[in-house]
Amino acid sequence: MSVHLAYLVAGWLFLVGAYGIVVSRDLVHAVVCLSVAQSSSYVLLLSVGYRRGATSPVFADIPPGSPVVDPVVQALVFTDVVVSATITALLLALAIQAEKRSGSANPGRVSGLRG
Amino acid sequence: MSTRTRLVVFAVGALVLAVAYVAAADLLPGFGATSHPYGSRAVNAAVNHRTPNSISSVSFDQRGFDTLGEEFILVLSVVGTMLLLREAPGEEEEDAGSGDDTGDDGAGGQGRPPGASPPDAVRLAGYLMLPLTCLVGGYLVAHGHLSPGGGFQGGVALATGVHLLYLAGDYQALDRFRTLPPFEVAEAVGAGGFVAVGAAALLVGAAFLSNVLPKGTWLALVSAGTVPVLNVAAGVAVVSGLMVLLGEFLEQTLVVREEEGSP
Amino acid sequence: MTLLVDLVLVLVGAVGTAVVLQREATAQALVLAEFGLAFTVLALVLQAPDVALSLFLVGSTVVPLLVLVAVSKRQESNQQEAQK
Repeated sequence: MSVHLAYLVAGWLFLVGAYGIVVSRDLVHAVVCLSVAQSSSYVLLLSVGYRRGATSPVFADIPPGSPVVDPVVQALVFTDVVVSATITALLLALAIQAEKRSGSANPGRVSGLRG
Repeated sequence: MSTRTRLVVFAVGALVLAVAYVAAADLLPGFGATSHPYGSRAVNAAVNHRTPNSISSVSFDQRGFDTLGEEFILVLSVVGTMLLLREAPGEEEEDAGSGDDTGDDGAGGQGRPPGASPPDAVRLAGYLMLPLTCLVGGYLVAHGHLSPGGGFQGGVALATGVHLLYLAGDYQALDRFRTLPPFEVAEAVGAGGFVAVGAAALLVGAAFLSNVLPKGTWLALVSAGTVPVLNVAAGVAVVSGLMVLLGEFLEQTLVVREEEGSP
Repeated sequence: MTLLVDLVLVLVGAVGTAVVLQREATAQALVLAEFGLAFTVLALVLQAPDVALSLFLVGSTVVPLLVLVAVSKRQESNQQEAQK
């Protein structure tokens, strides 16, 4: 059984991000750990698409027909990166408001948002 | 639950996940494998549609519906952030740059102690890089179908480039440029434009979002059919969305203050 | 070539761990920018220029800026609370 380092790094990043959320004492720190966990999926997707000895799938300077890596997974990843940045912004706004209302940044002390 | 219990539950879950993941990853195609059936077909389809950047072809031409969904997620999260960061009762908005302190918080509406401005080197660099960054952002959007880039990347570059004004210490100029309502409208126009281009394909009898414009010649600026048009629409939506987002955040920290004596 | 890919993968894993272990939010924003840079290098090595572009623009610029703004907002509310 041989699992390549790339897949292992993806799994490790996910677990590390999840661990960060679990032990976090600060809402903003938890949101950043969530984005680390999210990037593990990008590592996995990019690794699945990689082809040894091939180049990037843009034919501006190479003739069509040369070996290239998989463009489908890259298309999935690059829109997701920008969109997840805005979702992180939404979560940070939520964290700001939660801290304002409950007076504390500790996730354990923030109970339901009122009004 | 206490931290200790939480850690124990997490450890058990992580162990199970790790074992299952390694077992599953063993079945994945090996790293760097030469056989990518979906990828080869996607590249062939991109070349047939005369789009050198096959990643743009996949995201705007072959799987355009997914990109439409992602763009709507972007618009929705910007709307959500605007909703969350609006002024609540009990807060007031201080006139940015008017300089009068409503309390003794000493920040003067600029986010830094009064009288301190960034070093001249930073300001010069900011002013110099501003047109360059905007030009590069525009280039990325326009040439998305020819070289790496596209609406999303170019939009982000443009939005962050404009905020170099903030870095150069000129918050008033940024505030004047960045009146939010036109950008909110522009965001809707961008997202709606994407749908409109897709619906226009229906008028010709093809499927929604299919590539019905003439494909042109290889590597010309106007080629690859609807891909550059969709790039521009997505770029407009992303620029406006990010300007609104960053604007809301910066306003929150620099301008919105709590009224004295409110709970 | 394979050695380069492996090295960059290990780098990404290490910086990711560093982001999580950094508890203080302001410093974490900077480590997050580092993570964006490492990830951009990984995307380049895996032959993905579009992805590298968006990762760099977003992960090293926009997200740390938002985190720093969120943190400064909190520090300011704490200051106001202390002055009341």
